[in-house]
Amino acid sequence: MRVIGHVAVNVFKESVRDKVLYSLVAFAALLIGVAYLIGQLTAGQDVKIIKDLGLAAIATFGLLIAVFIGIGLVWKEVDRRSIYSLLSKPIRRHEFILGKYAGLSLTLIVNVAIMTLAFYAVLAYMNTQFSEASRSVWPAPATDPGMLRAIGLIVVELLLVTAIALFFSTFSSPLLSAGLTFGLWVIGHFNADLRNFEAVVESKTAAYLARGLYYVLPNFAAFDIKTQVVNALPVAPSYLAATTAYGLVYISFLLVGAVVIFSRRDFK
Amino acid sequence: MSGRPGCPGVALAVMATLMAAVIGLQAVHERGGGPPASDAPEFLYVRSPEAMRRLALSYQSLVADLYWIRAVQHYGGTRLSANPDKRYELLYPLLDLTTTLEPRFNVAYLFGSLFLAESPPGGPGRPDLAIALLDRGLRAQPSKWEFAQAIGFVHYWWRHDYEQAAEWFTRAAKFPNAPFWLTTLAATTLAEGGSRGSSRILWEQFARSAETEALRNEAVRRLQQLDAMDQMDRLRQMVDAYRQRGGALPSGWIDLVRAGYLRALPADPAGTPYVLQDGAVMLGRGSRLFPLPIEPQRLVH
Repeated sequence: MRVIGHVAVNVFKESVRDKVLYSLVAFAALLIGVAYLIGQLTAGQDVKIIKDLGLAAIATFGLLIAVFIGIGLVWKEVDRRSIYSLLSKPIRRHEFILGKYAGLSLTLIVNVAIMTLAFYAVLAYMNTQFSEASRSVWPAPATDPGMLRAIGLIVVELLLVTAIALFFSTFSSPLLSAGLTFGLWVIGHFNADLRNFEAVVESKTAAYLARGLYYVLPNFAAFDIKTQVVNALPVAPSYLAATTAYGLVYISFLLVGAVVIFSRRDFK
Repeated sequence: MSGRPGCPGVALAVMATLMAAVIGLQAVHERGGGPPASDAPEFLYVRSPEAMRRLALSYQSLVADLYWIRAVQHYGGTRLSANPDKRYELLYPLLDLTTTLEPRFNVAYLFGSLFLAESPPGGPGRPDLAIALLDRGLRAQPSKWEFAQAIGFVHYWWRHDYEQAAEWFTRAAKFPNAPFWLTTLAATTLAEGGSRGSSRILWEQFARSAETEALRNEAVRRLQQLDAMDQMDRLRQMVDAYRQRGGALPSGWIDLVRAGYLRALPADPAGTPYVLQDGAVMLGRGSRLFPLPIEPQRLVH
């Protein structure tokens, strides 16, 4: 466990050295810039749009970090041949993989946490720009803590994307890993269509295949409750728990797969 | 080729010079009036809301926001354009996309219906589409009495169909959490539909229940239009009185001031002076209250 921790901390330090946290500056600049400019364009929907934009930006910045760092986690060590010196140390292969995953997860969580703080700060400022009468008709307060539910599921989604990227990076090139990870992420949003495929095709085989894919492929659409929280719609705690559990089990599956593949790889 | 780094001061000076050149060329470009004028119409690449809903992945709300901003800009831009043939061709498709991507975008239904119903040149004059949009909103949120009220409103203000309006106000009153005044509004509409007084009550209630500052401002603008209509009626009476007394039409407001009918040049509630031309009293075209609505006729039973 200690070894995993060491690897994780190193991944985190490396991502800081690689200026990943610069994304936070871009995020803050985007939100503040839009908050400043948007007033005249939206017919009174500023706060709603900042909420939508903030949540979407947290998800997008996180997604880009998860994919583009995730795909290089293993590949970089192989490419730089540092994998040989690493594996000659008392680090077992599964510790290496899990440590890498934990490190990137830590980077993502820190990123999302800071972005969330900036997001709430911008919303708190915007809150002061409206009269009490305007605020009274909003579906939820500007700094509604209920939005943390959506951010929580975004974190689980990002951890899942990281696991997918890491899984692919154990056996393929960065370009292919990025393509496959993005591909799965996109397909994962069409899960409902796969489920209802039998309504649009006559072939029973195709329908069964689509149904099979529906169960097997990651259901990314399930993690998206941004619209619900912005509109202050109820989201049952049981839904949050079940979706989080789904994400964690899927992550475990991918990490086991990544460990198995990486353990069998021959680096001679 | 030497790998030795050059003097950073020189590089910065070169960069500053180049940036100054870019700014200068941009200014030349601006003075030239920008790119040659194009008469290409505004274009909507994806018209199918269902296709866009899929393409938007997990960004449906954000894409809905972008379409909403585009709808507001399209409406405002067309309304303010100098083109006499104002078309609002993209307005309904944009609102359709917005509300399909986010079926709970309440302002898009409420404000969008006002945009759609507005008579030309202030809008496309499509109360039918306004009602269709609100009807979709009602299907998406069946407990939202505001949509039923807004449908009644479109029937009242733009279709001048007071029976339908009263029916929708009555229907809205039966929704859970509907305010008590909807029942009164329905009764007033049936009894006095078309009168300026009942129109005023309607907009006052609209302002009171408005979900956003922008909707409230729109209601205030409408109330100011009604005030302007009252003021213009009084001004017409003064013009008539002046003509009967002197036998000639006043050449301008100054004649009425000199004759003691007015203390100062009359301005509408938005602050723009009224126009007096050949004895006719009109709203200034530059006024934000222009054009005034076609006044509903009183329902005759």
